[in-house]
Amino acid sequence: MLSFLIKGVFRDRHRYLFPLLIVSSGVLIMVFMLALINGYMDSFIRQNAGFDTGHLKVVTAAYSRLLSQKPYDLGLLDIQDELATWKAAYPQLDWVERIHFGALLDVPDNLGQTREQGEVVAFGIDLLSSGRERKLMHLDQALVSGRIPSQSSEILLTDSAFRRLALKLGDPVTLIGSDVFGSMTFRQFRVTGSVRFGVEALDRGAVIVDLADARGMLDMEGGAGEILAFFRNGSYDQKAAEQIRDDFNRRFGDMETASSGGTQTGKSAIWEEETASSGGTQTGKSAIQSESSAIRDEYAPVMLAMSDQNNMGYMLGMMQYLLAIFSLVFIFILGIVLWNSGLMNGIRRYGEIGVRLAIGESKTQIYRSLLIEAGAIGFAGSVLGILLGLLLSAYFNLKGMDVSVFSRNSSLLSEDIIYTSVSLKTALSALIPGMLSTLLGAALAGMAVFKRQTSQLFKELET
Amino acid sequence: MNKQIVQIKAMSKAFPTGEGEFLALKDINLSFESGEFSGIVGPSGSGKTTLLNIIGSLDVQSGGEVCVLGHQVKELSARESAALRSQKIGFIFQTYNLLPVYTVFENVEFPLLLLKMTKAEREQAVLKALDWLGLSDKQKSRPAQLSGGQCQRVAIARAMVKNPALVLADEPTANLDTENSLHILDSMQKLNRELGTTFIFSTHDQKVINYLRRVIRLVDGRVESDDLQAGV
Repeated sequence: MLSFLIKGVFRDRHRYLFPLLIVSSGVLIMVFMLALINGYMDSFIRQNAGFDTGHLKVVTAAYSRLLSQKPYDLGLLDIQDELATWKAAYPQLDWVERIHFGALLDVPDNLGQTREQGEVVAFGIDLLSSGRERKLMHLDQALVSGRIPSQSSEILLTDSAFRRLALKLGDPVTLIGSDVFGSMTFRQFRVTGSVRFGVEALDRGAVIVDLADARGMLDMEGGAGEILAFFRNGSYDQKAAEQIRDDFNRRFGDMETASSGGTQTGKSAIWEEETASSGGTQTGKSAIQSESSAIRDEYAPVMLAMSDQNNMGYMLGMMQYLLAIFSLVFIFILGIVLWNSGLMNGIRRYGEIGVRLAIGESKTQIYRSLLIEAGAIGFAGSVLGILLGLLLSAYFNLKGMDVSVFSRNSSLLSEDIIYTSVSLKTALSALIPGMLSTLLGAALAGMAVFKRQTSQLFKELET
Repeated sequence: MNKQIVQIKAMSKAFPTGEGEFLALKDINLSFESGEFSGIVGPSGSGKTTLLNIIGSLDVQSGGEVCVLGHQVKELSARESAALRSQKIGFIFQTYNLLPVYTVFENVEFPLLLLKMTKAEREQAVLKALDWLGLSDKQKSRPAQLSGGQCQRVAIARAMVKNPALVLADEPTANLDTENSLHILDSMQKLNRELGTTFIFSTHDQKVINYLRRVIRLVDGRVESDDLQAGV
């Protein structure tokens, strides 16, 4: 019976064409939108992780409370031994040290007098000993002119700053700031190139120098403002990140003493108090953010997951929420359209339904068969829509989509070009709404079968 | 003696109207035996279709008793009446009402699908029915490719394929020319004689009436006459 019904559906163009087009168009749009949103999320995570948050980040407790200000004077000092321990404890992570600091960039004229000055955000990253940071910050792709620094005392500028300050490659510039102890400090660099990240928030004015130069300038030998950790496979796994964070804070933070029940020290007091008041497992984040407690060891290391920083947890959650809303709206709108289509189809097939009732099909059987037909159309339409959606997404995965108009003047770290993220899982997730909307439409339209007076069949069938 | 397959006693049927009720059938007392070739004749509005609806368990009477193939029509649930139609009653309509997207074979096969017969059983029954009606060479055609007479023969095959005890035919020749009408009537008469299937017609076509062995004349919802026709 099933094959008989499905055969009938696909032989009748009027019966399947419109619903098929509607479902496949809707599913195509949905697959593409999901791929676009996922692409944006991937890009958002990648950008934020690479430029700022890492998948995980270790800072001092004091630094963590002023995280957005990047207070390098509250950074991690002499942490090379600890870092070696952490690397051994979490072999699944790659670690990089960074110093972010604000500075004044002074551009001298031929006489050595100030020609231009501008405020910049400086990134002290490891440019010389490995290529890791070049990859994380996409420096090679971002390079507009010149080259990446290859020796000490070389500097990269964002292209907008490079142009604004009318610089040329090889020009000397001076970074003026204050060191970790608050004394004025400055250091001369030579401009080797300019970069454009396609991230408005960074491109406004940033400079990149080697970490060793930054350490020397800021009197932070062996130290770092923050240490970023990345999963070696490159993908952010929130659950795993939160587990590592909790483990790290228990093992290497103040939690260790508190949870072991050992002798109370200045370090452990805060954690013990927090744990007791919450009555359960203490996470690093809530402990750090608690206003009610005073942290005694301001320089104890604290690990933060990406979701703990810059409202990232909220934003990622919000994106998931929007995806769910998008799916529901899709089902609702498509369901309404297909309901209407089902009603029109029902009118056209009035005679057929009548004769089937007369032949001996019950109304329930006919209703069920309408749902089966709708399921077949929904499945075929969804598969078609998924294939077309994948094709469209694959195109924009290769070519990218320029969304710079939306990110202009934005402080969010997001790329100007979004590449759709195509995955079979994403595509298949559109199958369910595609099927559901078709079945919903047919279920609503098919109710008319039950309102039909069987006794009127002869009259209807003669007209 | 033939078995009675339809018994109607003091049956009436009323339809609600804005001003009260309209009595479409009044005090009907009829019985049909298996193997009959009968017709309900009368002018439009006389109640022919209403009576056929009730016999076919598509509707229920307002008063009296109607027993079809051992089932009290009024006591049947919707599901039971559908099962009765599916298993034991065949319908033939004025406008054929074939399913246009299916082939002749599939149209005739459809009632058997409802009976959950195996594919081999269905194929055997369909081919036999088509052979009976001279449609063996048309089994792969669609209804749109057939003439009116051929369509009506397919409809007859569809009604007959499940070997029903009773076939209800509502104005089966109304859309056919004389030649096709006579051909159809010959086919139905042959089926009646050779298979013993009971036919009850609703008609006002004299060509059909000429074929009937029993003519029940309805006027204003009452049986005016119930005669056997000599020589048919």
